[in-house]
Amino acid sequence: MRFAVLVETRLRDGVADPQGATIERSLPALGFDGVSGVRVGKAFRFTIESDDAAAARAEVADMCKRFLTNPVIEDATISVEGDGAT
Amino acid sequence: MASRVGVVVFPGSNCELDVVEAVRGLGGEAELLWHGDASLGGVDAVVLPGGFAHGDYLRPGAIARFSPIMRAVDAFASDGGPVIGICNGFQVLCESGLLPGALQKNAGLKFLCKPVVVRVETDTTALTVDVRVGRELRIPINHFEGNYTCLPDTLAELRADDRIVLRYTDNPNGSVDDIAGICSAGRNVVGLMPHPERACHPLLGSTDGAPLLRSLLVRAGALAA
Repeated sequence: MRFAVLVETRLRDGVADPQGATIERSLPALGFDGVSGVRVGKAFRFTIESDDAAAARAEVADMCKRFLTNPVIEDATISVEGDGAT
Repeated sequence: MASRVGVVVFPGSNCELDVVEAVRGLGGEAELLWHGDASLGGVDAVVLPGGFAHGDYLRPGAIARFSPIMRAVDAFASDGGPVIGICNGFQVLCESGLLPGALQKNAGLKFLCKPVVVRVETDTTALTVDVRVGRELRIPINHFEGNYTCLPDTLAELRADDRIVLRYTDNPNGSVDDIAGICSAGRNVVGLMPHPERACHPLLGSTDGAPLLRSLLVRAGALAA
């Protein structure tokens, strides 16, 4: 089966995110007050051939750990279509 | 045959000729190595130069580890061969697992291109064997992602094993513990953000990079200590 995957990566909590901080500081200038906790990340969308959703998720998790993220500074959230979990 | 320094060229490297020139100016031999080759051609030391290997796609250094030559660099380093990563080369070493930790965006979110002062913290690495501990060197930095970070356990290990090679005297980028350069457990693999090759001639404003590259030549067997 082919599953649609969305991987979102972002800097881990506790790792300084200067892009996010700068965006957060800029928003009040446009009247967007009260915004906090801005974090900038990346999104990867692709499809993957796998026996079932669980196997697809496991493979994507390995992919994140070994390549899509640098685990020292980044976390990933994986969504697999039809999986139910996120 | 004289000892030779191999300087790896990735697509997007841009400091390789500066390194070659600096090494030759110090009396060493240097040659370029193409990232797509699987062999190091018998060189006695390897430098991964600055630039934007593979366009910094995904993360700086993240794609370079798939270049065929990195398998040879890995084996060379495992055998104790001296390997230096400068700036983007430091990022490549971290991403390929030859050095721990990671380099994130500068704390001030500014690209930094200026001379900085670093202090030599150990004289037992491939980059500092010919330099006195405590010596302060004025060397340029030129980076956006030079803010060294690592897990607390890693930092404790680096400190305990005296693996912090260079520290900034006035931290420009937010690096943890003022780290400008670190080495591997074997002390033969060194990564640093400053560019010693850009401080090897009086016309460049400083010759403080020379003792570092000279150390590499000493370690490679090209020069006497």
